[in-house]
Amino acid sequence: MAYSKFGLFVPCYVNALYPEAGVATWRLLEYLGAGAEYPAGQTCCGQPMANAGFEREAEPLLRQFDRLFALYDFIITPSASCAAFVKEHLDGMNGRLYEICEYLHDVAKVETLPGKFPHKVSIHNSCHGVRKLHLSSASEQMEPRYSKLKKLLSMVEGIEVAEPACVDECCGFGGMFSIEEPAVSVCMGQDKLKNHLATGAEYITGADSSCLMHLQGIARREKMPARFIHISQILAAGL
Amino acid sequence: MNARHAEAAARFIQNKAQEEWHNETLFLVREKRDRQAASLPEWEQLRQLASQIKMHTITHLDNYLEQFADRAEANGAIVHWAKDAHEHNEIIYALLRERQVEKLVKSKSMLTEECRLNPYLISKGIEVVESDLGERILQLMNKPPSHIVMPAIHLKRQEVGKLFEEKLQTEKGNSDPAYLAHAARLHLRNEFLTAGAALTGANFGVAATGDVVVCTNEGNADMGASFPKLHIVSMGIEKVTPDYKTLSVFIRLLARSATGQPATAYTSHYRKPRKGCEMHIVLVDNGRSDIIGHADHIQTLKCIRCAACMNTCPVYRRSGGYSYTCFIPGPIGVNLGMLKSPGEYSGNVSACSLCYSCNNVCPAKIDLADQIYKWRQQLDSLGKADRTKKLLSGGLRYLFARPALYNTALRLAPIINKTPRFLIYNNLNAWGKGRELPVFAKESFAHMWKKGKIKQHP
Repeated sequence: MAYSKFGLFVPCYVNALYPEAGVATWRLLEYLGAGAEYPAGQTCCGQPMANAGFEREAEPLLRQFDRLFALYDFIITPSASCAAFVKEHLDGMNGRLYEICEYLHDVAKVETLPGKFPHKVSIHNSCHGVRKLHLSSASEQMEPRYSKLKKLLSMVEGIEVAEPACVDECCGFGGMFSIEEPAVSVCMGQDKLKNHLATGAEYITGADSSCLMHLQGIARREKMPARFIHISQILAAGL
Repeated sequence: MNARHAEAAARFIQNKAQEEWHNETLFLVREKRDRQAASLPEWEQLRQLASQIKMHTITHLDNYLEQFADRAEANGAIVHWAKDAHEHNEIIYALLRERQVEKLVKSKSMLTEECRLNPYLISKGIEVVESDLGERILQLMNKPPSHIVMPAIHLKRQEVGKLFEEKLQTEKGNSDPAYLAHAARLHLRNEFLTAGAALTGANFGVAATGDVVVCTNEGNADMGASFPKLHIVSMGIEKVTPDYKTLSVFIRLLARSATGQPATAYTSHYRKPRKGCEMHIVLVDNGRSDIIGHADHIQTLKCIRCAACMNTCPVYRRSGGYSYTCFIPGPIGVNLGMLKSPGEYSGNVSACSLCYSCNNVCPAKIDLADQIYKWRQQLDSLGKADRTKKLLSGGLRYLFARPALYNTALRLAPIINKTPRFLIYNNLNAWGKGRELPVFAKESFAHMWKKGKIKQHP
């Protein structure tokens, strides 16, 4: 196989709040022999502004992104939502930009993972992961059921995987939706948390730390016994 | 005044029991829809077909409308053309006045809501009686529908029982659904018998035959069309479909999407007036032909008013129909409102977390969420952007376009983790209403990478 150059895209909030998801993603790529570089100067892809109605504020950031990653054959990121946004707004990203689980499942086609994670987890099926990147079948669509996340997680030794009721209902984060419609946003999050906790899971995991951040904020405020972990960290266990 | 959905929603949610019940009730309808959809292996093909048929019809509307009108007139109906709501109302009033009709009995019609027909006729001295049970309940309460298929879904039977005690003299404290429905039947039966005219909506108009097709569960449209001598049909021009073959696609999708039934109890075709009676069809544009020229929003014309987008919408379910200012709530209503009057209805555009579930349930595959995203891009130029979001978007762009500044800011950010609560959790912090702030990592990924800490890992 010809030598491919891998670039790691660590979205702004992952960089600042959940760097461990970036580290785990890098380790997974190392494990596959795809030594990834982290192009310096990355910030944000512009999604929060665009979804809020300010695409023009996102444009310079998308151009910045395009420049930084121009020389990479593959761009891998631990965020389904950011991956979906960049793919929709920049040309030349299809077949190049992948969310980490999507990459592991569809491109690297991993069959085994070396790690252990002896815990019960509840999968958070994020909207953009499900309905834009098709990481799992969408509950509304009449298609054969599948879940790339579930398949990958089941390769980890000792894990028990569950899914909440209303399996892919939105958690209510929605970027700036969370501050423009705080009452609905928090209400949606509370319901989502309840459904996750009802599975008896010790951890809530998923491909979007942004949803988890919102749920974590509610869980901490309400002193609910919920723990959160990005899926890449589970998949990279033992690496 | 441009009322904000966010505020009305917050008020709805304050009554937590009501919010939970509303949310769960509508999600049950969504699940019924899922089961019905799953029972047809060709479901996704049907949606694709429906979308294509609608786009074809909308873009050849002149042909199909003429064909429909010709056939309907050949069958003996009389066709009227109304360019807007006012003309629609005037045409109907003239029909009633010329025949000295004092009472009009109606079956469900969102178009007449759109045209505000009832208040217009009432102001002219006509008695208007809604005959769909949900609509009748709301009419007795002097309230608009909160959902387009299940108009009184926000009410509990106890509230209906109380209302009927007062208005229909039912037994005190009896809110048994069968008892209440029976009381409504008796009451409405009398209205059907004494009305001088009936008005129905139209789910579809078949161009090849001139049929008007109305789907109901209560048979009330049929009662109306069978008693009075005058039957008026209010029909939006986008409701026309080429023929029976195309109609069959929509009939298979409509009830399954709307209420999770394989079909409505009644699917009635009205083709010609009864002997000695009259049938008038009012075809209404009211802005629809303008939407055809709107590349970003033409798809709203594919809507068959099934409300599946409302039932799945996590925001609608938790905020109720009255939290939207447009007479049609939910994802389709956000879009139709903006097409009607951005100035009046922009307060609804925030009512979407961009989860895209509506796109997936829509039987005509309308890109509802994509359209809401596009409307958001327009708000600033309309002077309707949320100030906080605008400041935040500009500020974040400033920071993110300057990686060095961003990295410096991140090195300082963990200070926030230790800031006294009162400085952070106050009225300026919408996030802090119900949520704790996330905790900044001691060291960002970028910083760790720069220091070589990540590659050092064994």
